[in-house]
Amino acid sequence: MRAQFVFSEVWIGLRRNLTMTVALIVVVAISLSLLGTGLMFVKQVDNTRTYWQSRVQLSVYLCSPGTLGGTCQKNGPVTQQEIATIQQELNSNRDIVSAKFVTQAEAYQQFRSEFHDNQPIVKYTAANQIPSSFEIRLKNTEADALPVSQVVDGYPGVASVVDDSSILGGFYRLLDGARNAVVIIAIFLLVAAILLVANTIRLSAFNRRRETSIMRLVGASNFYVQLPFLVEGMIAGLIGWLVAAGLLVLVKSVLLSNLHNIFPTGVTLTTADLVEVIIVAMITALLICGATSFLTLRRYLRV
Amino acid sequence: MIHFDNVTKTYANQGRPALENVNLDVEKGEFVFLVGPSGSGKSTFLRLVLKEERPTSGRIHVAGKDLARLTNWKVPHLRRRIGCVFQDFRLLPNKNVYQNIAFALEVIGKPRRFIRKVVPEVIDLVGLEGKRDRMPDELSGGEQQRVAMARAFVNRPMILLADEPTGNIDPATSIGIMKVLDRINRTGTTVVMATHDAAIVDSMRKRVIELEYGKVVRDQSRGVYGQAY
Repeated sequence: MRAQFVFSEVWIGLRRNLTMTVALIVVVAISLSLLGTGLMFVKQVDNTRTYWQSRVQLSVYLCSPGTLGGTCQKNGPVTQQEIATIQQELNSNRDIVSAKFVTQAEAYQQFRSEFHDNQPIVKYTAANQIPSSFEIRLKNTEADALPVSQVVDGYPGVASVVDDSSILGGFYRLLDGARNAVVIIAIFLLVAAILLVANTIRLSAFNRRRETSIMRLVGASNFYVQLPFLVEGMIAGLIGWLVAAGLLVLVKSVLLSNLHNIFPTGVTLTTADLVEVIIVAMITALLICGATSFLTLRRYLRV
Repeated sequence: MIHFDNVTKTYANQGRPALENVNLDVEKGEFVFLVGPSGSGKSTFLRLVLKEERPTSGRIHVAGKDLARLTNWKVPHLRRRIGCVFQDFRLLPNKNVYQNIAFALEVIGKPRRFIRKVVPEVIDLVGLEGKRDRMPDELSGGEQQRVAMARAFVNRPMILLADEPTGNIDPATSIGIMKVLDRINRTGTTVVMATHDAAIVDSMRKRVIELEYGKVVRDQSRGVYGQAY
């Protein structure tokens, strides 16, 4: 095997149909970066979900002076006995992992720290206006949220039950939608990339049919005849992947960081996530270009 | 060296077989002319020897190998023992004489030192001394055919197949081509040459196999082109 010979043939092939090679590189680059973006969205959504599922899932707000919702207007502020009853009810429920009571003072502290940028609100909110609450963690967020909230809803002293996942629902839907759109476009482009690889290799084989017919005539092995074409397809794929990797770094640093500013989810993608996505993209590129070249060659360069 | 046992070849979508019940033997070191009108089956015969086509029925042995039992990935090894020359030379226009001949060795993975040694030898053998750096379009038809013969012979094949090698060349130059073929034959290489050229066949006085409509109608040693008529 003479590497120099193979690479000079590859170079001739890439140069001879330069326009097709460039088109192939561009399509591979765009489809891979879209695929990678989709994967990063998936990761972002997953990370956010795990983050929130490990935290509060259901909040039971209790009546404080002046609260209007639930049973508050009739009963007035929640009493120590009502709190104890609710606590007991929650503790006996099997779908609940833990139910933590947050006093008004604790809630007020948290409120102050969350709104420290917005002093007027802090200033005009009295400590006893912030309701005390139970923060509940469920065994199974999706399925148990509704039945559990129905159990305590309407209890004396309960103002409202809020399913936290419903607050995040809109955010999830947005991310899911963006991910689906990006992945669907990526799939279409990958199909286009496959067709382009096939066509580029076919043109290349046609351009060099003199060489290959002589190679077969003098007894070059199939491997030797096909290798330059195979390497040609893979090199175009790898260049496309390099461009895509650059674009993905850009997408991560600009797009997802901006998203993070709009929705402060407390979760960011790590560099490891990015590297993983880029590696997946490389494997995809090599598989698509390699397999397509190989199959095309079987058809156009037969013994 | 080449053994055809009741070989028939029918191409798809064609009624008449291109070759029909052909039996023949070509021994090692023989020089054989294959004559007959266009469409008589000469090219099919050569393609069958190279295993570019498979016979519809019958057995073919080439260089001791049963072609029906030869797996696809071993076909290249068969072809390394067979040299080929064509009417249209089939040289690579962007390579010079030396590179065209060396190409045949490069693509079968021969080491560069070996190539540097044998290519000049074979250039001398075909009589192209001093023209190793010429491009094909700077050579006459006869010289191009010499390059093609050098390429076919550089790997020292056991068999040389020549498909109308003088078809594009004037009679005076053809004599030179035949001298080279004769020289190659004298090294022990079996030569099978398909041709229309009566003058050449008559002057060489070698074995002549005549095909007509896919059948062997004449096989004589030291024959001439048109004796059957």
